[in-house]
Amino acid sequence: MSSLGELRTLALNARKGGVKLKNRFPDNKAGYAFIAPWLVGILVFTIGPMLYSLYLAFTNYNLLQPPHWAGTANFVQMFHDPRLWNSLKVTLIYVGIGVPLQLALALALAILLDRGMRGLGFYRSVFYLPSLLGGSVAVAILWTQVFGKNGLLNSFLAIFGIHNAPGWVSDPNFALGTLIVLHIWTFGSPMVIFLAGLRQVPDMYYEAAQMDGAGAARRFFSITFPLLTPIIFFNLVLQVIFAFQSFTQAYIVSGGTGGPSDSTMFFTLYLYQQAFTQLHMGYASAMAWFLLLIIGGLTALNFWLSRFWVFYDD
Amino acid sequence: MTTERLSVTTLAIGSDGWRRAHKRRRITASVLKHVGLIALSIVMIYPLIWLVVSSFKPNGEIFTDLSIFTSTHTLDNYVKGWTSQGLGFQVFLGNSSILVLGAIIGNLISCSMAAYAFARLRFRLRSLFFAVMLCTIMLPIHVVLVPQFIIFKNLGWLGTFLPLIVPKFLATDAFFIFLMVQFIRALPQELFEAAIIDGAGQVRTFLQVTIPLMVPALATTAIFTFIWTWSDFFGPLIYLRETPKFPVSVALKGFVDAQSTSDYGGMFAMSVVSLLPLFIVFALGQRYLLRGIATTGIK
Repeated sequence: MSSLGELRTLALNARKGGVKLKNRFPDNKAGYAFIAPWLVGILVFTIGPMLYSLYLAFTNYNLLQPPHWAGTANFVQMFHDPRLWNSLKVTLIYVGIGVPLQLALALALAILLDRGMRGLGFYRSVFYLPSLLGGSVAVAILWTQVFGKNGLLNSFLAIFGIHNAPGWVSDPNFALGTLIVLHIWTFGSPMVIFLAGLRQVPDMYYEAAQMDGAGAARRFFSITFPLLTPIIFFNLVLQVIFAFQSFTQAYIVSGGTGGPSDSTMFFTLYLYQQAFTQLHMGYASAMAWFLLLIIGGLTALNFWLSRFWVFYDD
Repeated sequence: MTTERLSVTTLAIGSDGWRRAHKRRRITASVLKHVGLIALSIVMIYPLIWLVVSSFKPNGEIFTDLSIFTSTHTLDNYVKGWTSQGLGFQVFLGNSSILVLGAIIGNLISCSMAAYAFARLRFRLRSLFFAVMLCTIMLPIHVVLVPQFIIFKNLGWLGTFLPLIVPKFLATDAFFIFLMVQFIRALPQELFEAAIIDGAGQVRTFLQVTIPLMVPALATTAIFTFIWTWSDFFGPLIYLRETPKFPVSVALKGFVDAQSTSDYGGMFAMSVVSLLPLFIVFALGQRYLLRGIATTGIK
């Protein structure tokens, strides 16, 4: 280690002494060789398609005839499309209710699962498992059965004499709610991130606080929460981005229709329908760019708001 | 707040009775906490257990009997469900396995190469490329969906596994590059410098020094790729047309479409079959899984 350090100093002195270093990028060739697959991938599957999709957003295109330039027609149509605004509303309700509740539950349980607690491993596994399975078709199917007219939930309610409960997934007033419950059910993965964050909080802070007579609530608001805000922020940004793109659950629960009465018509589901059942590829591309703007905007808003509540230690 | 302060002072004085009372209160709190946590665990896990138990119940009893303790067991649902899509379910399991295997190999090779370059090599535009790579993690796939579909259509790849596997060999899952970069940066840098000084080229340093050290990160990548690819529904829904090519996820959807025939037992049984590999990977790879989430925030 020390010899390496000397080498480095030697090299630095040589540079100062006027010996011109040949190359600021000594690994240029190797670097490009190693990122070659990624570089091809990003050009062919990301940047190229993004540019083309931006072009398609200004065309009418049904895959069969060549794209036909339509100017801003798609965007004008989007503005006057009530189903699109409804799908945006449905998605915003899903994200706006689902994500905060999911994160609050994740945080509460992470704090409850103290360090060195008995059974920590067991609880962590049990709470984490649903978030691992949550995106699968099987769980979405399970959900339609749990919240069906004759499903698990209603059989349970019948025990308490409640026999006129609705068929939750087939009732437009409740269908979205069941999807939000499904989202909250997957609080395990943010919880694991919170647990890792809590482990970073130095014990001495709590010891000092206890000495000063701070109670549990005070310790939470004065130590745990402020030190955890960067991680809460990180979870919030990621979960909003992910939740906005949810698709499988709504597709399966509604049989691909977004029903009943478009109540589970997520933005992504409507986009999928426009692209692959209606073959409105241009319109779908315009929608995709609108989605990107919304997600980008929400992320930027999150970053801006973070200045007021996220606390950085260093 | 005041009682806590009191406890500190009384403890200092050494009042034994107070200490015992305090301890009893802490035990009560701890018991209450565990009761609450176990109750929540049951609520969380009950639907999954119900699914498994129902898959062994005769069709008529699934919704009439809530209990997970049942007297009548039958394998009928598995027998009927296995072939109810016209083909044996092993076809769909096989298709899913091909997709999973292809995706894992692709991600391991391409992402580790890119990660090595980003973490260890100095080349022109590295910072720019790195920033671009980070941005793509958050990019919704919908923005590239339609053009990608057109590319694969023009290549004549629709209805084949290629659209779902080839991009993995080109490091399109940027999440894993990020995970590996973080991992390589945390390794002792002297090892790499020593290898270079010993005359190893970048290829040897990558293959013989970096890869063996990266095994935990590679394991995490493999496990998450397994889980995501196995559960992936959107990709196969778009690119695969014919039932014999369907992976498990899309095949299961067939049960929902045909729900009027209401073979709930078969649907439950095959749902269990489809979740089984995920359970196994979870059980075996828990350590890597939990660490992977904790460090990168991937699902």
